[in-house]
Amino acid sequence: MKYLRLIVANLLRSKRRTFLTVFSIAIALFLFCTLRTVITSFEASLRASKATRLVVRHAASLVFPLPLAYRERLAQVPGVTGISYGNWFGGYYQDPKNQFAQFAMDVPTLLDLFPEVVLPTAQAEAFRSERTACIIGGALARKYGWKLGDQVPIIGTIFPGEWRFVVRGIYTGQTKDVDENTLFFHWDYLNESLPEGRRNFVGIYWLRIASPDLAASVSGRVDAIFENSPQPTKTETEKAFQAGFISMIGNVQLLLTIIGSAIVFAIMLVTINTMMMAARERTREIAVLKTLGFSDGLILRLVGGEALFLSLLGGALGCGLAALVFRESDFTAGGFFPNFRVLPETVLLGLLLAAIMGFLSGVAPAVQAARLEIASALRKVA
Amino acid sequence: MASENGTLIHLRDVHKVYYRDRIEVPVLQGINLDVHEGEFLALMGPSGSGKSTLLNLIAGIDAPTKGEVRVAGESLGTLKPSRLAAWRARHIGFIFQLYNLIPVLTAYQNVELPLLLTRLSSRERKKRVLFALGLVGLEGRAKHFPRQLSGGEEQRVAIARAIVADPTLLVADEPTGDLDAKNAAEILTLLKRLNEELKKTVLMVTHDPHAAERAHLIYHLDKGVLQS
Repeated sequence: MKYLRLIVANLLRSKRRTFLTVFSIAIALFLFCTLRTVITSFEASLRASKATRLVVRHAASLVFPLPLAYRERLAQVPGVTGISYGNWFGGYYQDPKNQFAQFAMDVPTLLDLFPEVVLPTAQAEAFRSERTACIIGGALARKYGWKLGDQVPIIGTIFPGEWRFVVRGIYTGQTKDVDENTLFFHWDYLNESLPEGRRNFVGIYWLRIASPDLAASVSGRVDAIFENSPQPTKTETEKAFQAGFISMIGNVQLLLTIIGSAIVFAIMLVTINTMMMAARERTREIAVLKTLGFSDGLILRLVGGEALFLSLLGGALGCGLAALVFRESDFTAGGFFPNFRVLPETVLLGLLLAAIMGFLSGVAPAVQAARLEIASALRKVA
Repeated sequence: MASENGTLIHLRDVHKVYYRDRIEVPVLQGINLDVHEGEFLALMGPSGSGKSTLLNLIAGIDAPTKGEVRVAGESLGTLKPSRLAAWRARHIGFIFQLYNLIPVLTAYQNVELPLLLTRLSSRERKKRVLFALGLVGLEGRAKHFPRQLSGGEEQRVAIARAIVADPTLLVADEPTGDLDAKNAAEILTLLKRLNEELKKTVLMVTHDPHAAERAHLIYHLDKGVLQS
């Protein structure tokens, strides 16, 4: 600790350079945390998936619906212990920028099939008994300041027009991975409001199975039943469905990892250059410290310590800022990332990366300083 | 620290050769020197005569090409770099011509530097730093940075830094070379006091015959050869 003052004093020697270096490291780590959070947000939806839930959709595409009539036949498949269904609504609140997920769901079966959606009993009852009622996640309620009893107008895009819902429940997620940015309302309300030709069609069926071991056999049976029908099905586990959904936008994880690494690498080169310059400028002072009895090892630690201190400071600022910004802003990227939160493990990973950056950027100048020959260094700059 | 006969510095057949573009440049040639504890010795000679090189060898910041350098009971050629650094911290107080204070540290912090290498508590360090600054008459300038001090004051801070750890030997390389006559006289008086009152052995390199007059002994170096 007694050398910390020396390290800090040296870093404050050129305040502008130190500030710019810390700032660039902070920006790099901020971007790293942001990109990493995109990945963890994807993973959160996978973690929230239940192994005992299957998703049944049209074999060709999610865009094509399935008949409501499939419900009875699906319920009879051996191994299926529960069924629910719904439609992606695809609307927005007031402005197209205010995007979040809305699902028209079969309300009697919704809470049974999705126990991770936690709702007080009285609110659940109020939701069930009112046709225009809806429930919203806690995060959504906080974002728009909605309370129980509020009327929420949603502009439909797939189902045009203004749809008004009354908030009768505010649910919380059973775990942190559960999305709290969704609005659920009655599928019947949607169905009855549609023209005759569009009624009684369902976007997705969810099946609950007795055991995860049955997933393959139940999926096979379901798809076999409808194989030759006009609307064939594709059945898969919820996790596989989510993963497939994510893969639609390409290998995002790889792309983001490459971008994040490139940013950090570029900033590391800048930091190395800065540290080399800083050490070179102080050749005489380092020689003086050695004359006073500072050993090569101590000089190595002091110069290396500066780089580490600089990187950790920048890392702490960048990671801290990312955590703070995305906690306070309720950022969801237009509803695409409902749980966009910088996880503590992401912050730790960012700090570890900052420490590695500090170590790597400090090695060369520290070794150079430690190897400095006192007499020749004093002679060169005298 | 000195040998039984009181010799603090013992040099035998010391040679130093530099290489410039592969050309051998002999700087010191067969130096033999004995300095006793408590002496004040001045080393004079023209530029390039090897004075500073000899001082560096005695202070353990350079190594001879050949010969033995024994100072404060240690044969410096046998010490590993880490041991040599510890030896310097314990035995050598170095005063440079250009002061060489660390510009981002205050006078207090500059003087404290050698004590950071010891196991002294911060309270004990403070006591010693203030004592050293008091000795050079700068206790009131402790919080000033080098840029806020005059040249003479900077050199006095450098002297305080050199004596704060109570070294066995003070080596001064042209300590008055960058000062006006008044400040130079003050610095020489200070060195003389350190030698007489604190019994410090002082080895000073100088161009200035007036400065050298303060010493007990004057040696001359010419083309790498020592003459008393």
